[in-house]
Amino acid sequence: MSDLLDFARGPALQVSVMIFIFGVLYRLISLFLTPKNFIASPARENVKGAFGAGVGEIVRRMIPDKEYMRKEMFAFLNGWAFHIGLAITVFGLAGHIMFFKKILGFGWWNLPSNFVMLAGVITLFSLIASLAHRLTDPVLRKLSTLDDYLSGGLTVLPVATGLLATMHLGLRYETLIAIHILSVCIFLIYFPFGKLMHAFLVFVTRAKTGVEMARKGVKL
Amino acid sequence: MENNNPTPKPKDASKAVEKFLVSSASQLAPYLEACIHCGQCAHACHFYEVTQDPKYTPAYKLFPMTKAYRRSKNPLNWLGMIPTLEEDEIAEWQDLVFNGCTMCGRCTNVCPMGIDVAQIVGATRQALTAAGYYPEDLMAAAENVVQHGSPLKVSTSVLEDRLEWIADESETDIPLDKKGAEVMFTISSIELMKYPDSVGAMAKMLNAAGVNWTISTKGYESTNFGYLAGRPDIAKLGTSRLVNAAEELGVKELIIPECGHAYSVLRWNGANIMGRPLGFKVYHITEYLAKLKREGKLKFKSIETAFTYHDPCQISRRGGAADDARYLLEGFAPNFVEMKVTGNQNWCCGGGGGVQAMNKYRDMRINVFKIKAKQVEETGTNTMISACANCRLTMDESIAELKWGGKLDSLVEILADNLIED
Ligand code: SF4
Ligand code: SF4
Repeated sequence: MSDLLDFARGPALQVSVMIFIFGVLYRLISLFLTPKNFIASPARENVKGAFGAGVGEIVRRMIPDKEYMRKEMFAFLNGWAFHIGLAITVFGLAGHIMFFKKILGFGWWNLPSNFVMLAGVITLFSLIASLAHRLTDPVLRKLSTLDDYLSGGLTVLPVATGLLATMHLGLRYETLIAIHILSVCIFLIYFPFGKLMHAFLVFVTRAKTGVEMARKGVKL
Repeated sequence: MENNNPTPKPKDASKAVEKFLVSSASQLAPYLEACIHCGQCAHACHFYEVTQDPKYTPAYKLFPMTKAYRRSKNPLNWLGMIPTLEEDEIAEWQDLVFNGCTMCGRCTNVCPMGIDVAQIVGATRQALTAAGYYPEDLMAAAENVVQHGSPLKVSTSVLEDRLEWIADESETDIPLDKKGAEVMFTISSIELMKYPDSVGAMAKMLNAAGVNWTISTKGYESTNFGYLAGRPDIAKLGTSRLVNAAEELGVKELIIPECGHAYSVLRWNGANIMGRPLGFKVYHITEYLAKLKREGKLKFKSIETAFTYHDPCQISRRGGAADDARYLLEGFAPNFVEMKVTGNQNWCCGGGGGVQAMNKYRDMRINVFKIKAKQVEETGTNTMISACANCRLTMDESIAELKWGGKLDSLVEILADNLIED
């Protein structure tokens, strides 16, 4: 059984991390290398500089205007719940921090494991709720493609297997950990090729729109 | 008039794709890669709001272009394994990107990724038009620009006649082709033919402020139906008429009248359309009047009437000039009330982006107006003013159809009526 764990921790993880890094770099670099042939008209006078505008928009769009929030309360709250939950789970668990320390050479303080577990449970339910919403809401059904379900499913798997492993439920602990790591590998391999990339692209598109709006003097 | 635009070729779907690739690769790539299909933009769009039909979700309007883009980037594309856009798909999206989007940009405000759907819709229109998929009535208006100088067939002689009559009616001067003028004023044919009082009002205020201005018979039409119809050749023709006329006169400033898209096209896209910076500054009339007011050259009597303001999308949300309209109202209209949802978040009139010129969506426009009517009623006033003749035309049509009890006025007319002349 430890063969599976060795495989997951060893070559599987190494290869998937490489694919993740190169894939993400490829997508970002190819995007930045796309030729820009737009000749901009002069900006409105006395407007914010591009850097401030870009960063400002990245932050500002974390909370929608109240006019829209009212109608999208579920999407807003649920979105925050699983993004924060995911961040706590990935970066707050002692076991994960050990892994990052191995790769990065440094670690950080971990959060209490019960707290991380609670965050994991919330994340899991919240992810499942978002998939259910996608399957039932007419707008989301119209928009959804295989990529959406795949991205959702591949995010659920590591969270679910991670929780099972922490709770020692179902199979032997070693087997559960191996399955957990393998599910992370699949997640990492898929990441650069689908909409999971939004975790990086969000900075690009928000900033781009922020810069354009600031140039025109549009204050949101 | 010069005629340098070939009539679009017969329908050819793959050409649409090609055309798109050229126009999107530069500006839109990040947007096309980033949509997370969260659907939050649906409620921001007036077409979705009044129909509750998911096909009007802004993100759905991006689909053909996203597909074409992904196809072009897919490494397996050369094997011929990646499906192309089918003709029936293109036909479905013709309706969505022409009739079903006013390019108002409201969806961008809510999008967590900040995707500018309106810009992509603009590129999609170009792509579909190049492949022969376009609404006939919108294209006819654009073709009129080539043949007759304006979408409403305002030729030079019609222009001269109308301006002479307007000058008489409003008892003011309207200088034509004046040598040595410092400012060139342009007209929207919608105003000239349907709201002539607006033209008279603007002339009166420019004269009162002592502006050395003129209208040019070589470039007068400020609307740009080529842009709206996805015809870059006609868009450029319209733009170059204005630019050449202004540069020939040697003016330092050019004023766009009460027309939203005219402002947005020349002010924010003019340099790109021409492929070079313009030799003069472009102002919307509200910006220009605000400048004159700031300089102390215009003064108005204050009025008691309570009213609210409808922000034209292309001037406020997409133009950045929302504050200037408010500045004009400061001290002038103490009973001015903002709508609950206003400024850069305002609801569109339903007829922008050329939708007003497309007969197919007449009923839709009238339904969209119900959002506006409710907004106005909530302010407790029954009058709304605006600064775009196209918004006005769209909403006047609905007001008449619905026999709505409220009133719609133009900002420049109401200001000119209360101008303090020395
Ligand atoms: S730009 Fe306006 S009309 Fe077009 S999809 Fe967005 S909200 Fe709807
Ligand atoms: S809100 Fe933005 S990211 Fe979400 S579906 Fe609409 S366009 Fe896509």
